[in-house]
Amino acid sequence: MNAKTRNVLLVGVGGQGTILASKVLTEGLLSFGYDVKMSEIHGMAQRGGSVSTHVRYGEKVYSPVICRGEADVVVAFEKMEALRWLPYLSSGGRLIVNNHEIFPMPVILGQAEYPLEIEKTLSAAAPGTLLVEAAKTAEELGNPKVMNMVLLGTVVKTLGLDGMDWGRTLRACVPPRAVEVNERAFAAGMKLFGQ
Amino acid sequence: MKVILTGNEAVARGAWEAGCHVAAAYPGTPSTEILENIARFPEVYSEWSPNEKVALEVASGASIAGARALCAMKHVGLNVAADPFFTMSYIGVNGGLVIVSADDPGLSSSQNEQDNRWYALHAKVPMLEPSDSQECLDFTRAAFEISEGFDTPVLLRLTTRICHSKSVVETGERIEPSVREYERNPAKNAMLPAFARQKHHMVEKRLEELREFGESSPFNSVTMAEGSEIGVIASGVGYQYAREALGDGASFLKIGFSWPLPRRLIREFASKVKTLWVVEENDPFLETEIRAMGIPCFGKDVLPVVDELTPAIVARAVLGKEPAPGREGEVPPPNRPPLLCPGCPHRGLFFPLSKKKDVIVTGDIGCYGLGSMPPLNVGETTICMGAGFSAAIGFQKAGEKAGRNEKVFGILGDSTFFHSGITGLIDAVVNKSRGVFVIMDNRITAMTGQQENPGSGRTLSGEETVALDIPKICEACGVKGENIHVVDPYDLKASAEAVDRAWAAEETSVIVTTRPCALLKDVQKERAGLKCSVDEERCVLCGACLKLGCPAITKRDGRVVIDRAACNGCGLCVQVCPKNAIGREGDAR
Repeated sequence: MNAKTRNVLLVGVGGQGTILASKVLTEGLLSFGYDVKMSEIHGMAQRGGSVSTHVRYGEKVYSPVICRGEADVVVAFEKMEALRWLPYLSSGGRLIVNNHEIFPMPVILGQAEYPLEIEKTLSAAAPGTLLVEAAKTAEELGNPKVMNMVLLGTVVKTLGLDGMDWGRTLRACVPPRAVEVNERAFAAGMKLFGQ
Repeated sequence: MKVILTGNEAVARGAWEAGCHVAAAYPGTPSTEILENIARFPEVYSEWSPNEKVALEVASGASIAGARALCAMKHVGLNVAADPFFTMSYIGVNGGLVIVSADDPGLSSSQNEQDNRWYALHAKVPMLEPSDSQECLDFTRAAFEISEGFDTPVLLRLTTRICHSKSVVETGERIEPSVREYERNPAKNAMLPAFARQKHHMVEKRLEELREFGESSPFNSVTMAEGSEIGVIASGVGYQYAREALGDGASFLKIGFSWPLPRRLIREFASKVKTLWVVEENDPFLETEIRAMGIPCFGKDVLPVVDELTPAIVARAVLGKEPAPGREGEVPPPNRPPLLCPGCPHRGLFFPLSKKKDVIVTGDIGCYGLGSMPPLNVGETTICMGAGFSAAIGFQKAGEKAGRNEKVFGILGDSTFFHSGITGLIDAVVNKSRGVFVIMDNRITAMTGQQENPGSGRTLSGEETVALDIPKICEACGVKGENIHVVDPYDLKASAEAVDRAWAAEETSVIVTTRPCALLKDVQKERAGLKCSVDEERCVLCGACLKLGCPAITKRDGRVVIDRAACNGCGLCVQVCPKNAIGREGDAR
């Protein structure tokens, strides 16, 4: 086992399913024998605000939060949130971005512009940025909500943890009737890594 | 068994393992999930109480009667429950009594950042401060033992990062203590002045015994680092941050039993290190005591009082290490503030209220606080639970004294009305306020994640129960029937009429809105087929619908679009469109 602690930051908009994705991730990591800590935001921010979940794993983990510049992987469920949390990415870190836009209220009201060409900005700041069609893939699978599992699949592959038995964890974390579509979403997400 | 739990889940598990019999709480972030998880254990009687004071009194009664009892609340909840808290310190316990205070450094979902460790000092009760989920479980179990061993309530102090972080926990078995015998003993349990005077002596003596106990508590532990001159005294998540930042490069005195403090242990540790640092979030609680002992240390002179700490903040203060640079985009993205959900019934009253002139709105704690954000901008004040009503009374009187023409609308939700709004309404009626008192009744405690309240018709354990009738309560409080306006907030015309009539009234008036929260499962099921959409032929892009502040409606690429997945068909946009360009498909199932 790698003694060094690995840091994964999941960011998005309240209601996008970051919490379930990070639950599957942490439960899986625990079952593979890692020490794991996870920290998430509840309450007011969840009402459509910017949200983040920190996952840290390794041999022995102390802090439940990731500091600026220290995330090995940042996965953004929404494009503009990738820009907001970019400073948390470490110098060798990998950014994964869902190609999906959600306008915040200042943009809806015309008080601010949704940033143009975010992909370019991100790729320039973080070479190797992976733009993932998770929203589209989930829609093709017939359930837009499983976008979170698509992204989780990509994250797991990025972390090199795809050899582990994630099926068991998935089955334990989602309701029985949703297992199949979540498994397919997860597998699709792993495939998106290479594209 | 090894499992991964949040701090809140671990406290619940610890209470169950300790054989807790009775648990009570009022929901409040970050404490809410403690009771939700205890409620899953059928061996424990658990309830949502109407407010924190009631919750602590329920737990206190259970304790005096011989049961092990727990009461959980967010930090500001202990202000509400402070009255029984201070006197239970004098009474002590029969069955163990544990009070959980979940503080919110960083204000993730609170109106202030108060540090409740001062309550332990002030009420003279022992305090435990876990730093991860394992300790949440272990300390909760131990808290019941300490409570019974020293005849005292015990304060278990958590913070948001402890409550909502998950870490690995080794669980244990439940012990089954029977409810203890109860014997009538007014000298112990009835705090009349003569008895309380005697008890105060006991409290002071108990504090010294507890201090001695803390000297050898396993929850206060020392780890010495070879060859390092840095010593750190830390508690709570501050310990984890310091350990992360300094690793094995510093010696640690980890304080888990954090009131009364173990003075000998602290003095001994301080004597073995060259520079001493105190790492704690928010106030200099440990530091004040340590400095009072005449021990020099670094603390809040270099670490912030405001907001959460992080390992990077500790590393910079102690080691002078600059944080990792991080990458930057060229321009920071626009803010993404939290907002009222698509289909939120609150919007239906806020919208006409936002159009009305000479209106002041005193707000309260709950989702409706989000009404003060653009574009609705409804709401001027947020103080505490219940103040939406009571502050309105004073605001209205002040306006009248000044000769201003404003009408004050006090706004709160159903759960807040039951919590502490009813007393404000009684005051309004008895003292003849001309204010308008609005109860946005969505049948649930929404902001904290949909907990049952006295209007929901269900208990915490899901049992059916009486659902209190808010208009009837208002009438019983003395508001005249003709001054009580009950409206469906999805009907903008009816809402606007209610606002107009209440504005013009000379007597205390009430508006009750009656739509359940759009996030309730039953509501979502019922409205799943209802969707609004824009007829682009008719739409002139005037933006009237955008002014509702509904996150499902956006204008992009020169078109107004309604997100089908987010829309619940509330139909407010249909009503505000001047060109009849928005239609609604589907019917409620």
